[in-house]
Amino acid sequence: MSHINDILAALTPLHLALAVLGVAAGTILGAIPGLTATMAIAVLVPLTFSMDPTTALLLMGAIYTGAIYGGAYAAILLNTPGTPSAIATTFDGYPMAKRGDGDLAVTIACLSSVFGGLVGAAVLLFLAPPLANVALAFGPVEYFWLAIFGLTLISAISSGALLKGLIGASFGLLLSCVGVAPISGSPRFTFDSTTLLGGIDVVSGLIGLYCIPVLINLVARPERHLEIQEASRGFRLPEAIRLCFSGGINLIRSSLIGAFVGILPGAGGSISGLVSYSEARRASKTPERFGKGEPRGIQASESANNATVGGGMVPTLVLGIPGTPPDAVILGALLVQGIQPGPAMFSGHSSIVYTFIYGLFIATILMLPIGLLIGRYAFKSIVTFPKAVLVPIVAFMTIIGTYAINNSISDVMVMIVLGIVGWVLERLGFQPSPIVLGLILGPIAEQGFVQGWMIGGATGDPLSIFFSGPLAIGIFVLILASLFYPIIAGRLTRGAKESDDARSL
Amino acid sequence: MRNRTMVATLVLAGTLVVPNLIKVTHAADASNYPSRPVHYVIPFGPGGESDITARLQQPIFQKMTGQNMIIEYKSGGGGAVGWSQLNSMKGDGYTIMGTNLPHIIVKPMMGNVGFKTKDITNVYMFEYTPDAILVAKDSPFKTLDDLIAYAKKHPGMLTMSGSGSGTANHLANVRFDNITGAKTTYIPFKGTGAAYTALRGGQVKAEWGYSTVAANHPGEVRMLAVATDKRMEIFPKVPTFKEKKIDMVGGAYRGVAVPKSTSEPIRKKLSDLIGKINADPQFKKSLAKRGFVELNVPYDKMDAFMKKQTAKYTELVKKAGLVH
Repeated sequence: MSHINDILAALTPLHLALAVLGVAAGTILGAIPGLTATMAIAVLVPLTFSMDPTTALLLMGAIYTGAIYGGAYAAILLNTPGTPSAIATTFDGYPMAKRGDGDLAVTIACLSSVFGGLVGAAVLLFLAPPLANVALAFGPVEYFWLAIFGLTLISAISSGALLKGLIGASFGLLLSCVGVAPISGSPRFTFDSTTLLGGIDVVSGLIGLYCIPVLINLVARPERHLEIQEASRGFRLPEAIRLCFSGGINLIRSSLIGAFVGILPGAGGSISGLVSYSEARRASKTPERFGKGEPRGIQASESANNATVGGGMVPTLVLGIPGTPPDAVILGALLVQGIQPGPAMFSGHSSIVYTFIYGLFIATILMLPIGLLIGRYAFKSIVTFPKAVLVPIVAFMTIIGTYAINNSISDVMVMIVLGIVGWVLERLGFQPSPIVLGLILGPIAEQGFVQGWMIGGATGDPLSIFFSGPLAIGIFVLILASLFYPIIAGRLTRGAKESDDARSL
Repeated sequence: MRNRTMVATLVLAGTLVVPNLIKVTHAADASNYPSRPVHYVIPFGPGGESDITARLQQPIFQKMTGQNMIIEYKSGGGGAVGWSQLNSMKGDGYTIMGTNLPHIIVKPMMGNVGFKTKDITNVYMFEYTPDAILVAKDSPFKTLDDLIAYAKKHPGMLTMSGSGSGTANHLANVRFDNITGAKTTYIPFKGTGAAYTALRGGQVKAEWGYSTVAANHPGEVRMLAVATDKRMEIFPKVPTFKEKKIDMVGGAYRGVAVPKSTSEPIRKKLSDLIGKINADPQFKKSLAKRGFVELNVPYDKMDAFMKKQTAKYTELVKKAGLVH
């Protein structure tokens, strides 16, 4: 009975109105490069103090969901992830937009986001207390291996140019070392400049490396940004639904990966999107189509990053440990409200938590019509805007967005310098994704390694801790599999081919 | 029609950011201060202890002055990004910044972080989170004596998580080892949240944290001792280090600072204002409930306070081997 009451509480006109508003505002904010889900929620926090905790949570959840989806627009239409979560969406989203299927790509992104969001919310509803323990099982050693596993994705995302991918990732790892060191607290590679003290923020790296080269190219080349379609083709919804149905397993796998990665504190939507993208490619019978406008690439990335919303709430609400950066802000707001997250919220059937979870379902479902509508306008605007208008507007927004990360001009300078470096590198055949991957994973690997080494050192054996425990060994095996899979798979297909050839003789 | 999204996004972006870019300038006047919104810059990200206390001050400030308090974040480098920019901000009293000890004393000793301790003009220290040793609820250490006995019997084997290096947690660990003669291994994590996660996950045997950690996770952790003068009201059963003959009182202190160019009358007035917020019964209650300890160091007592703290932390930093 109490569940029905919670569903009804989530369906009050006020809550529905806030869900619509939250999803719409989140989508628009997420679409702007630099304005992330974390920031959208932080701006809103003072507003939530005048609300009761349930309403506040609902609104923050709706904004979060919308912002993660909104990041897909810029990824698809401008080849620039609107939020870090949308990095993997650029791989196939932009090629699709280039060949004139931008409208279809946006619709697929919306359907996949809704699907992933629902899976994440379902995980939160049914499995939160047992799964929260997964977050605790991940110690420094496991994070170290997870980061190394993440680095093996380079081969999946550097489409053929493996050596350049490795060089790019090393460059990214090096960039991640700049600033006050996470463990020792002493400044590194700052050359006594206060600009570099804060290090290179992932978001300013993202905007610099992805967006600035796109802008320079737009100005440098005479052709249009994206081809204008003769006649409007609507949402292309039936086509998108058909594609999603045929990729059902991909959607389910990606959503589960997304929810799982979301549960791990310290790994968010960007990592879940990249991991599920590379798994989708690995599982595909036609991996060569990935990176060239394969709808399944978008499905994987977008369903996974929205599934992290529900997943990240698991440790936040059960343990009081934020699963993703936006969750940290939500948790802070709850503490100010005097709400104590903990397992008792689930075992004691707290109506705050359950009303919120049902509200998250409703907000996610509402994202379907809202997302499709906003997506259509975003698509039409970006396709039909003359370049002379589009470029200055986007350039202006990149600067605003970068400034807004920490209210600091340093990030803007870093972004512009990286943008120029990125443009030069792109001309030399280097992709931005391996660099950003290094930038994201570097600190996770470094902290995990040093902490693991110190903890192991306390027992006098710093090395063996890295191979103790089923999780650490499990991830290590995954790394080996990921590294040697292409060789083994190549053998197998060659073997199959040879036997085919033999038969045809 | 088709431009609508673009216009909407621009307007949204504008309302979010432009107020920060363009600050209306008025002549600084102490007599009617504050006569417009005050920007309160937190040199850390949202959701941490500094943010939470600022959020608790915010409504009281607005009730008392009738002016808005706008909380902004300028995080990076463990606070260094914000503090290194403090003195380039406008000193009219309408931009103020959170300040933290021992950060502003220790950070400049560890390298060039863009500011020196004397560059920070502190006007009021209003609360602190006392250092505390925490263990998981199922830990074999029932009392502080159990923990010390283990650490003495197995030198270096007792791993303790904490937030960062050269921080309150780290220096508390150094002092604790020094006084008790125990030998523990301190493992720095990125922030209190990560240090707590490591404790709950069993990756470390104990945690150096604050009373706030115990307040935020009731029933999940056991606080073995807390670095307050007297037992805390919300934790009547937790002994102080002092009771255990370990001379440790202190933790992470939080206050408010202003740019150097801020006039004396405004510094004074702001100090009075923060003191008044501290005296507000509602504020007192919400601080205590969350494990914070109220502290009252106004502007005219700041020099003496900073001198004492600087001497204390300088010695600890040397003992910790953070500077040579």
